[in-house]
Amino acid sequence: MRDVAIIGAGLTKFGERWNVGMKELMEEAGLAALEDANISSRDVEMLFGGTMAPGSFIEQEHTAALIADQLGFHNIPAVRVENACASGGSALRLGYITVASGIHDIVVVGGVEKMTDITASAATTALGGAGDQEWELSQGITFPGLYALIAKRHMYEYGTTEEQLASVAVKNHENAGKNEFAQFRNKITIEDVMKSKLIADPLKLLDCSPISDGAAVIVLAPLEKAKKYNDTPIKIVASAQASDTLRLADRDSITELKATKIAAQNAYKQANVSPSDVDVLEVHDCFTIAEVLAMEDLGIYQKGKAAKAIADGETALNGKVSVNTSGGLKGCGHPVGATGVKQAVEITWQLRGDAKGRQVSGAEVGMTHNVGGSGATAVVHIFKRGD
Amino acid sequence: MGYGVYVPIYRIRVEEIAKVWNEDAEGIKTSLNIVEKSVQDKDEDAATIAVQAARRAVSHAGIDAREIGAVYVGSESHPYAVKPTATIVKEAIGTGNRVMAADLEFACKAGTAGMQMVMGLIDSNMIKYGMTVGSDTAQGRPGDALEYTAGAGGAAFILGKGGSGNIAEILKTVSFTSDTPDFWRKEGASFPSHGGRFTGEPGYFNHTISATKMLFEETGFKPSDFDYAVFHQPNGRFPTNVAKQLGFTSEQIKNGLITPMIGNTYSGASLIGLAATLDVAMPGQKILVTSFGSGAGSDSFAIEVTENIEARRGSLVPVRDIISKNKTYVDYSIYLKHKKAIKKE
Amino acid sequence: MDVAPASLWRKINTRYNLVGNTCKNCNTSYFPQRVVCRNCGRKSKLEERKFSGNGTIFSFTRIMVPPDAFREDAPYTIGLIKLDEGPMVEGHIIDNCAEIKIGGKVKTVFRRMQTEDKEDLIRYQYKFEPL
Repeated sequence: MRDVAIIGAGLTKFGERWNVGMKELMEEAGLAALEDANISSRDVEMLFGGTMAPGSFIEQEHTAALIADQLGFHNIPAVRVENACASGGSALRLGYITVASGIHDIVVVGGVEKMTDITASAATTALGGAGDQEWELSQGITFPGLYALIAKRHMYEYGTTEEQLASVAVKNHENAGKNEFAQFRNKITIEDVMKSKLIADPLKLLDCSPISDGAAVIVLAPLEKAKKYNDTPIKIVASAQASDTLRLADRDSITELKATKIAAQNAYKQANVSPSDVDVLEVHDCFTIAEVLAMEDLGIYQKGKAAKAIADGETALNGKVSVNTSGGLKGCGHPVGATGVKQAVEITWQLRGDAKGRQVSGAEVGMTHNVGGSGATAVVHIFKRGD
Repeated sequence: MGYGVYVPIYRIRVEEIAKVWNEDAEGIKTSLNIVEKSVQDKDEDAATIAVQAARRAVSHAGIDAREIGAVYVGSESHPYAVKPTATIVKEAIGTGNRVMAADLEFACKAGTAGMQMVMGLIDSNMIKYGMTVGSDTAQGRPGDALEYTAGAGGAAFILGKGGSGNIAEILKTVSFTSDTPDFWRKEGASFPSHGGRFTGEPGYFNHTISATKMLFEETGFKPSDFDYAVFHQPNGRFPTNVAKQLGFTSEQIKNGLITPMIGNTYSGASLIGLAATLDVAMPGQKILVTSFGSGAGSDSFAIEVTENIEARRGSLVPVRDIISKNKTYVDYSIYLKHKKAIKKE
Repeated sequence: MDVAPASLWRKINTRYNLVGNTCKNCNTSYFPQRVVCRNCGRKSKLEERKFSGNGTIFSFTRIMVPPDAFREDAPYTIGLIKLDEGPMVEGHIIDNCAEIKIGGKVKTVFRRMQTEDKEDLIRYQYKFEPL
């Protein structure tokens, strides 16, 4: 096994990108990443493309070969990776394994989703496919609905409040305001969240991540060759993934995501770090309750303690630990297939010291946490500087 | 063997409907003898009502549903024009596949027609037990007199051989049938049409009285031989009048007169009336039931209650409790939504 | 929106009668039926089991923004129900004006499932009613 490093990172602005389609989004992020890595299209040996539901969103399947073609990666092996909202993180992990194994040197990992070409209602249905279609979506149980069931129980068991949940969105909008790639750059208040339209009790509109267009691209190389391309390669020190039941009802507990816990434990072991060593995290806040669960299941806080800590500002930019400096899924936007890759892009920038107005001072250890569905897939990566 | 009744929890008052059409609520309440009617929930129809009633009947009868050899469902609001309700009911009570099943339609008397069919199958030893269900989400044209009475509800009865733990015995049944176009609904039409006052004398009264008299002639019974009588009840007034004309007292029909509280549940009406009577009848007592279906015909039954009835009441919830407990009033707009008369486009 | 006849038909017993299964090896019950017992893997001995339909509300939510196929039904309440026999089930909790709360008791009723177009098949199945 070889050590693997990130030598290039590229991102599109996230949001309602009416003027571009999926191909243009991939080009925008892809060319930025190649430039960042200082390589040509011809140098790329393999592509992993994370995307969740292009068939539903734009009636396009077979997207990996399409992207490889569009980016000028002539005839290389290209594989689409689909793991619902964890498609991007899963693609990154496969890229990591491929480079670590020695089979390929330069591997591109892309993530993309073009979601705004269909109605919000049709998008809701498409995203619902991340749960168990036969027993959840077919009963009208939406994605917000599943997380609402989790939130309601979390509130019942740990006394978590709606205001505490709202504070997650407030913090992430605050961070997004400092990120030029983010979808929402406006500040919001607890009251704004509390007064926003009810989606699935207790979750309101501003507790939910938006429907977004966007793409993110990472270029991987063996650490030993990374310096050839980039002065500040970022080393992937852990890559872990776990799965769980698709149906929420089948879980042993719904106030924790077991897949997150298992993946995190493996990752800490691989990286030989402990939760308190992590300086900056990008976690999967598809709903505000999801960030609370993430902070607990990643071991940053004890079960039942995260919501209060977040509300107290402990996870704000340059707080005790900086969480979702990009704005997270809530503030930066959530083009599902792109999200897991975007998290790695943000951590790369943070560890390089390139995160402009939102730089975490002295960031040495970074972590990404990408979840699929209501927790049936979780992918955790840990990063350090590789120079 | 057993019976079960289901009536949705929603009600609309006569006043609420009268307000919409600027009509005299007090006058309607008096002339039709009706206070309020039942309304189905958005996700209820004749099939769901039939299943709820049928499950209660199986539980009351205390039999293994796999021994039921026939299921007939009478309704004039079957959810499908083509595809049986009876198969839905059969599957939802778990009869197994060796079962005769069909949907029936004879306006408001399809449920009692099913009862006669099941009797024939049992008497000829073709089946051990059979079920008949009358269930409707009754339609009444907005602004029409029927709108005050067309309710939602149903009843299921399980029949078996005499002497097998049954709670009552059907002594005799006859039908009086003629081709009388007093009330109809054509394929694709949303609401039934009727002949106004023509539905009264030549329709309801002629058939109900003729069938009942026919039963008297063939059995030698007279009104005073019965402890209770149940007549089809399109409103509260018709059955009261017919009882008087036939020589029954208001005391005899009191227990089975349910329409004033839930409206006319069409195929369910006579069967719900019978169920409400069986709720209170004592061993040895006799019940007369005469249904009426427009088009037109009446089925008349002479029924005698057995000594098993009290022991079998157990956990059975009486009809009057079903309809009086846990009811919720809706206004006219919610009523339209529940009937799917208005919807989001 | 279209309901495929075969997909509806093959789960009729499950949806009408709350039929799941139990592993005779480890005595764990499942709803809906599983093809492999989660504890016993390839040694599972699964047998059909009909559940009573009685349960307790473990969590619930009121869905205000529905998928298209439920546009007529919204808002509606979804519950995570712990059946008396053990398995957890997601289902609609119908509004019979009783209070809906975690720990509340429910039982199954038979209802229509979703908004259909005029020519679609109707989906019937269990929903839960607060006691």
